[in-house]
Amino acid sequence: MSTKNVIEIKNLVKQFSVGEGYFTALQSVDLSLAEGEFVGLVGPSGSGKTTLLNIIGGLDSATHGSVNVLDKSIEKTSHNERAEIRRKNMGFIFQSYNLLPVYTVYENVELPLILNNVEKTDRVKKVTQAIEWVGLQDKINSKPAQMSGGECQRTAIARAIVHEPALLLADEPTANLDAENSHNIMKILSKLNTEMSTSFVFATHDEKIMGYLKRIIHLEDGRILNDKKISIPKFS
Amino acid sequence: MMLFNIAIKNLFGAKLRTSLNVFVTSVSLFLVIFVSGMYDGMRKHAKNITIETEIAGGTYWHPEYDPMDPRTFEYSHSVMPTKIKRLIDQKYAFGVLVSQASIYPNGRIMPAIMKGITPGQTIVNIPTDVLEQDDDITIPVLIGSEMAKNSNLKIGDSFTIRWLDADRTYDADEGTIVHIMETENFKLDQGHIWIPLSKAQSMLALENQATYVTYAKGLDVIQDTGDWIHHDVDYMIRDMEALIKADEPGAQVMYSILLALAAMGIFNAQILSIFRRGKEIGTLMALGMTRSRVVALFTLEGALNALLASAMALILFGPILFYFGENGIPLPIDYAEMGILVAKKLVPVYSLSLIISTMVLISIIVLIVSYIPSRKISRMKPTDALRGKAAV
Repeated sequence: MSTKNVIEIKNLVKQFSVGEGYFTALQSVDLSLAEGEFVGLVGPSGSGKTTLLNIIGGLDSATHGSVNVLDKSIEKTSHNERAEIRRKNMGFIFQSYNLLPVYTVYENVELPLILNNVEKTDRVKKVTQAIEWVGLQDKINSKPAQMSGGECQRTAIARAIVHEPALLLADEPTANLDAENSHNIMKILSKLNTEMSTSFVFATHDEKIMGYLKRIIHLEDGRILNDKKISIPKFS
Repeated sequence: MMLFNIAIKNLFGAKLRTSLNVFVTSVSLFLVIFVSGMYDGMRKHAKNITIETEIAGGTYWHPEYDPMDPRTFEYSHSVMPTKIKRLIDQKYAFGVLVSQASIYPNGRIMPAIMKGITPGQTIVNIPTDVLEQDDDITIPVLIGSEMAKNSNLKIGDSFTIRWLDADRTYDADEGTIVHIMETENFKLDQGHIWIPLSKAQSMLALENQATYVTYAKGLDVIQDTGDWIHHDVDYMIRDMEALIKADEPGAQVMYSILLALAAMGIFNAQILSIFRRGKEIGTLMALGMTRSRVVALFTLEGALNALLASAMALILFGPILFYFGENGIPLPIDYAEMGILVAKKLVPVYSLSLIISTMVLISIIVLIVSYIPSRKISRMKPTDALRGKAAV
């Protein structure tokens, strides 16, 4: 059975202007990701992993090259079309959670469904299920300020998966967490990957989570150094 | 509807932020209405005082009478036309006989305008009932507090009054202060002594004569008044109206300054609040909210903020506005001493147009200061917004 590619990147170059010159964050990156993959973009700070993740998510644009995500050419889409792709097909997990501080867990998780105009009865069902997945039933009415970092990140995961996106992008999801919480988060994400058809892309330099990844792409100075598939992850 | 729900959730979720923004906006709204109301009140109150204490429904003047020229007083009197006299008999009007006099309080000599007025009249707000004849007093005299201060006279003090009668003979007699009135109309006070009309007529040998007649509000104008001239309220307050009219650009400038100050307060609070939410805007964009929707959301929040501020201004400051509108604010200085017709207390006047225009303008300011920063942030790269890089 052939697997559909969710991401197709060819000869991607990303440059940032710095003063009168420019800094090359990504150069000649070629990458394909199939549906359901559990991939880590790893490398030291400044290697270009977050930039690559942002370009895949349509939050940033490429300088050269082609980026196809979910059969859509990102560089040819308008801001609104990219927003629509993100809204319908993508979930984001950020290092600093980026939860809306005035919203409760329930309201934060519900937000992507509201943006997608999902009916209230469906919303209740999906939000409840997403919160169950991450095990935050007892914190449903808590606000981010009343929760630990691990709980906030679990809320962010629930928010990222509640609308069952085709692609989930996570930027350093465990960077602010201790070892125990990091493993808990990765277990949840790994389980979701197994149960859903969602593809996961992590940008990370956290050694603790490497054992969960099924494919590791090493980046350094904006180039892919190696791309390794792991048949049996350490923490599978 | 979706944006409205999110905006409501954002506003009521961020209780402190919303309360502060709404409070700042409502205080601005209150201050603009209150200070402008005071200014309008100051201008209109002067007019009202003049009407209440001097003009009532209007006046009929002897043709020679010119209140600005005391030399005319000697000739500006006659027997009142029949129809006007009938009004007086029916107590719908009262006559005033004006003449020049000299008074000698405490051995000093002071020029005065002596006005005979019907005791007990209720048409203008002057306490003339105190002039009801007391047989023990030769000439009962009513003066204002300023006149009392200048002449150093107190209630019960007697002093000599000298006047020129119709036979061109100087006469003199003793007047006694029966009351010192507090009036906001300095024109009734400074240099004036008020005595009973009948007494003035007999002193001046001008029986049944008067200089002018003031009639009650709501009466029709009498056509057949001989050579006496009718002056309506508009004519009597024309100078004041001209002053108010001339002051309109000044009032508009003051209103604009107030509004600009209020706008700065709102601008600071709103800008700070929105730029602090740069990361939130980035998150919403990452979750798939379009730029236009982000701007619409924050502008809608601004509109709701303005609405809440109007409600808060009504609840918190409405009673204060109402209280001062009813009772006025006492002024620390008596401007009458400076010859300025300003009330001893200021009663703010809040016109409907002032309230509505202020609410609309403040709402527009809130919308603009919500729209501009949110538009600026939404035009940033989402990655910059996510990092909270938004800056004013």
